[in-house]
Amino acid sequence: MAVELDVFVGNTTIMDEEVYQLWLDGYTVNDAVKVRMEGGVMDECEASADVLQSDTMDQYRTFQMCERLLHSPAKLANQLLFQIPPHRQAMLIERYYAFDDAFVREVLGKKLSKGTKKDLDDIGAKTGVTLKSCRRQFDNFKRVFKVVEELKGPLVENIRHHFLLSDKLARDYAAIVFFANNRFETGKRKLQYLTFQDFAFCAGQLINSWTVGALDNQVEDMDVDLDKEFLQELKELKILISDKDLLDQHKSLVCTALRGKTKAFNEMEANFKNLSRGLVNIAAKLTNTKDVRDFFIDLVEKFIEPCRSDRWTAGDMRLYLTHYTNSAHILDTFKHQVVWDRYMGVIKSCIFKMYHD
Amino acid sequence: MPGKLKAKIVAGRHLPVMDRASDLTDAFVEVKFGNTTFKTDVCPKSLNPQWNSEWFKFEVDDEDLQDEPLQITVLDHDTYSANDAIGKVYIDIDPLLYSEAASVISGWFPIYDTIHGIRGEINILVKVELFNDLNRFRQSSCGVKFFCTTAIPRCYRAAMVHGFVEELVVNEDPEYQWIDRIRTPRASNEARQRLISLMSGELQRKIGLKVLEMGGNAVVGYLQCFDLEGESGLVVRAIGTACTLDKLSSGSAPNTNTHIHPNTAPASNACNSPSKDGKEPVFGEDLPLSSGPPTPFRALPTSSSSPPPFSPCKPCSRQSSSSDTDLSLTPKTGMGSGGSAGKEAGPLKTLLRQQTQTALEQRGASSSGLLLNAREFPFFTLTSFPAGFLVHVGGVVSARSVKLLDRIHNPALGNTRSYKLLDWNSVTADEPETRDAWWEEIRQEIKSHAKALGCHAVVGYSESTSICEEVCILSASGTAAILNPRYMREGCLDIGSTDHRFEEPSPPSCGFCHIPYDEFNMPFPAQLTYCYHCRRQKVPDVLFTTIDLPPEASVTGKGCLIQARLCRLKKKAQGEVNATAISNLLPFMEYELHTQLMNKLKLRSMNALFCLHIQISVGENMLLGLASATGVYLTALPAPGGIQIAGKTPGDLSNEHHILTIQKRINDTIAKNKELYQINPPKLFVLDPEVFGVINMELTEETVGSPIPEPRQRHRLLRSHSESSDELSELDLSHGKKDAFVLEIDDTDALEDIHSLLTDASPPTGFYSCNTEIMPGIFNWTSGVQMFTSVRVLRLSNANLTNQGLNKTFTDLCENLLKSFYFKLRSMIPCCLCHLKFTVAVPEEELIQVTVTAVAMTFDKDQSQEKLTEKPTTKGSTETEEQLQFPLELSTDLSTNMQTSNKISGVPESTTVSPRAASVDYGSFADRCSTWLELLKMKAHTIRRGSVKTSRRTQSLAHPVSSLDRSSPLPEGRSRSLRSNRSFGGSSVPVVKMTPVSFLPGTRIIKYLGIINMFFIRETTSLREEGGISGFLHSFIAEVFAMVRAHVAALGGNAVVSYSMKECVLMENPNKNQAQCLINVSGDAVICVRETDQEPPSVANIGQTCCSSADGAT
Repeated sequence: MAVELDVFVGNTTIMDEEVYQLWLDGYTVNDAVKVRMEGGVMDECEASADVLQSDTMDQYRTFQMCERLLHSPAKLANQLLFQIPPHRQAMLIERYYAFDDAFVREVLGKKLSKGTKKDLDDIGAKTGVTLKSCRRQFDNFKRVFKVVEELKGPLVENIRHHFLLSDKLARDYAAIVFFANNRFETGKRKLQYLTFQDFAFCAGQLINSWTVGALDNQVEDMDVDLDKEFLQELKELKILISDKDLLDQHKSLVCTALRGKTKAFNEMEANFKNLSRGLVNIAAKLTNTKDVRDFFIDLVEKFIEPCRSDRWTAGDMRLYLTHYTNSAHILDTFKHQVVWDRYMGVIKSCIFKMYHD
Repeated sequence: MPGKLKAKIVAGRHLPVMDRASDLTDAFVEVKFGNTTFKTDVCPKSLNPQWNSEWFKFEVDDEDLQDEPLQITVLDHDTYSANDAIGKVYIDIDPLLYSEAASVISGWFPIYDTIHGIRGEINILVKVELFNDLNRFRQSSCGVKFFCTTAIPRCYRAAMVHGFVEELVVNEDPEYQWIDRIRTPRASNEARQRLISLMSGELQRKIGLKVLEMGGNAVVGYLQCFDLEGESGLVVRAIGTACTLDKLSSGSAPNTNTHIHPNTAPASNACNSPSKDGKEPVFGEDLPLSSGPPTPFRALPTSSSSPPPFSPCKPCSRQSSSSDTDLSLTPKTGMGSGGSAGKEAGPLKTLLRQQTQTALEQRGASSSGLLLNAREFPFFTLTSFPAGFLVHVGGVVSARSVKLLDRIHNPALGNTRSYKLLDWNSVTADEPETRDAWWEEIRQEIKSHAKALGCHAVVGYSESTSICEEVCILSASGTAAILNPRYMREGCLDIGSTDHRFEEPSPPSCGFCHIPYDEFNMPFPAQLTYCYHCRRQKVPDVLFTTIDLPPEASVTGKGCLIQARLCRLKKKAQGEVNATAISNLLPFMEYELHTQLMNKLKLRSMNALFCLHIQISVGENMLLGLASATGVYLTALPAPGGIQIAGKTPGDLSNEHHILTIQKRINDTIAKNKELYQINPPKLFVLDPEVFGVINMELTEETVGSPIPEPRQRHRLLRSHSESSDELSELDLSHGKKDAFVLEIDDTDALEDIHSLLTDASPPTGFYSCNTEIMPGIFNWTSGVQMFTSVRVLRLSNANLTNQGLNKTFTDLCENLLKSFYFKLRSMIPCCLCHLKFTVAVPEEELIQVTVTAVAMTFDKDQSQEKLTEKPTTKGSTETEEQLQFPLELSTDLSTNMQTSNKISGVPESTTVSPRAASVDYGSFADRCSTWLELLKMKAHTIRRGSVKTSRRTQSLAHPVSSLDRSSPLPEGRSRSLRSNRSFGGSSVPVVKMTPVSFLPGTRIIKYLGIINMFFIRETTSLREEGGISGFLHSFIAEVFAMVRAHVAALGGNAVVSYSMKECVLMENPNKNQAQCLINVSGDAVICVRETDQEPPSVANIGQTCCSSADGAT
């Protein structure tokens, strides 16, 4: 005696958010049933294990049938097969495209290629995310990447419109696409303390200020590629460290402003030249693709680590960078104010975000 | 040449990739009607083609319009090889053929392929221009409206109910044609779909003709079924109730066409020229009766109020006098058993017929034969009636017959079908007659059963078949009743011996419970008491019916679903032997099902069953019986006795103890159930049911009235009875002795039975279930509605193939299904599963298939309790209020009573209803955008969002207001150009609700758009890849729903009521990785609006606004 067939179809498609999450998380039907049983859902409505099993199967089938539509979410709204209220559609899409920070941290900056996909089981094992869920997330990244690659216009907007995602999620995806495109190195040990959200914030800054789209909003890949001209101009900043007078002048301006305002003043004064060299060198090297990739590691090595070893507080950091940036404007021989602002604006906010334990 | 059909192909979307090389499709469309085909241009390399074709025009007979579907095929153009079919859309244009319904079909239809399922969508526009044709000899019946709803449709008034119509057509099944061996499965499936579509069109047209000849303009309770008889063919049959319906409009007073004799009136006047109504004087109170030409009866006393020749006199008195006349001419008169009166009145009837139907007779002999038929079978497929329509209800009548499907045609050729090159029509020429004769036989039987119960009509009538190989069980059942002849066409019923009922009008709320038969000459022994409501007439102790609870009935507490389930093994056999074996088993099954029902009813402390539906399904080695009904406690009937357990050997002490425990459990269950269903009968009449007068009787004495195995193939199920030892007919309201139902445990079987009796779980808190339209005792439905279909197939292992084991398996299967529903729908609590319809089948040896369709409807719990304490025994009747516009003033006593009582119960009802419409729903998942209006509002919101520059997203849909706030110009980091906002909540897919019930709570139906009757076949040769048999069926059912919704939306509707899945035949062959499934669904497409709203916003307008603002945003 065995149940040969068991289906339940509602005119309005019935979906349980809890089961959906289990499905997204890659649980098998049996595991999902166990989780649900432990969750105490059985007490509701005097359900038995059989009932739970049958319900879970039904829902899994429904989700599998919906998955095709979720790949191009716009279809979900005007398909006829499932009658799903709009707020549920939004939920389905949002959850389908949601990802684990732990997982995305691992693939951030990696090429979204078959090669990476093969390593997913390792990543899964490392992060505790099931392989099935890893695959879904990875495929989502890839799908979004592929679609926006060919589109003009602002990256975040494009993602939001094509995948009907929330603003927050669309921004995260923009970061992922941006990182994947520029192949930023994020995997080094020294960068391990940074979370995905740190990187996503930095990506947002870079997209907003350093890309082609920052100036012109109808260029292809406007938000994905850094502005080459700008990177070229950054070389001019070298004068800040190569011209000894300028360097000293800069230092004295900053020190005057900082004196007495922080406990770390002595360290700041002592390290000024090193730190300034670090930041300006990063700027000057960004024309090399290789150095672009190492942007974050350079920031950490050349700036954040020295400050941290000198026990600067976040407030110290803020104070220092503000004066460091502003003082450059007073230097009368320094002509590259616009580039400097565009550069330091991003650097400042990135470092603020990244300066934590 | 009375019709021009026009079709326009607009666009396609989401087409499948047909060209692997380019990942695109070169699609074009063929539009076919009859033998004419048009083609669109090829739209190269697009998955979202825009054809925007010209109007393709077909000039056709209206006969074809009714029979043929419009066939739309989407193909992929291929330069070098044959074009590949992507899929098809069949559009039934019948809804366009009557003027009141839809005027255009326009919308997105799923493109359906029998092998691949839905493959994209196509936007189509269809219109029909009809030219009036007054040719009396025409073969078409355009304009006759069809309704699946088994009640008078909500926005109509029945001017007259004409009676029973039936028809069947037979053809050879394409699946079994020789050509099937060489054609592809796709071609074969499509041939079948098309044939069935043609046949149902033809059937509908023929029924329509009959209705026109009877003078009606509509068929209500239209029930169409398919019998897949395999080699011996395909039968499509339908039954229904012919009526003359008048549209109720809020502005104009209801009027009828009564002064035009229905027979002579141009057939379609009521519908084709609605303006005509306006010109006529208003006789709101006109009676159907007055419409006939003068007959001898007409000469009888007329009231002063209305002038001749219309003679609407006081119907009550007049009716009785007319019956008197009838009686005086009838040889056999008096109150004696009414059973035989009909026959002897034969000559008289003929005479009357000649007089009343002179007009008709001029039209040819066939038509009078038709009428004769209607008179011959005073059957009504309706299950709910306007108040006052049902006078008395006798009980359930049913008949079954086992037939052998003849392999026929060419007996010499045996099983080889490759020789069947004959023309279908010639082969099947005499087939319908055979089938007709079979049904005729059964109907006669039903009719005679009804007579035996002293009734002149059968209501809630339905027919069904179960086929296994060459054996076919035909079943019919209904409820014997006496109807108020005022609503009936003259001569439609034999009103013979029932006159005494009219002498003393019964109070409306209990009248139908009163026995129609003669108490001194009862057709079966029954225990009668005086009605607990009016105390004037006699009522039986238990009442079984196949109809819905009459709106005026007063019920104590709530009702519940009661099911009896039974399996019986039988030996495998062939031909005659098999048929005999089956027909020998049938009476035992009916008897056992009946006993189970009775026990379960008592266990719930209830005294009546409504919507009783008994299905017996035949398989190769077993028979399955499933009886479903809704039990209630009718206030007018006596309280049921308990159940008494008795042992055969009283001496045995251990046994005695055992019996005591069981007895205790039973008593506990009864007490628990009483609490659960809130059964607290008014104290005045309560007989303490706790006290069981124990009459220890042999169970076998019960056989009275229950079918004793007879050598006949058919037999009847009258209401059988517990027992009554003494023929006590001196009725004493206060008699405290109540007979208990005695169960005797004499063997293990009986013990098992009792255990199974107790294993039926009651629904969890917050849930109710019933198979009637709505739950008796619940009044305040909220708008949450979730229709669902569930299918389960169980494979039996060889080990437990005993009757007992099977019974348990089958019972568990049904119980588990219910449990699953409760669990799945738990977010809708408090809610009720209504119209639960179980269908069982034995698709293969060792397989049991159960298909369930039902709707979960939410209700407001608090109010219902309030209601109950306030008024425990009134039945809300808001939904029937409109129907009260039936002529009422006529029978002074009866109808004024009725009216007031309805007003009383109606008024508080509506006051509680309206505020609720606006109030909170219970957060049910189906509900957020549940009604159409909500959806429209939502659209409006999204549109606004779209045109305001919004950079925020769609969470807003759940909270439209907050989203509007947020989307107001926000300082964005940088200003960037915005492309059109692909707003997603303003989805282009309109919400279509579906329900098996005839209404949607909280809404008002303002228009019926036509009948939906669709037949689909799906086949797969990659079963595993589609997720196994469950995956296959799951997506097929979802596809069927989608196609129904799309058709309704294209007609301009937003809901399907009276939806049912009449067929779900599943065949699989896992070894070959194949499966095939056939589904037939039907329902009424409607437009409904929230109860609080007066007029619906025009859909077209909304659509346009939607488009234009979307354009604006781009």
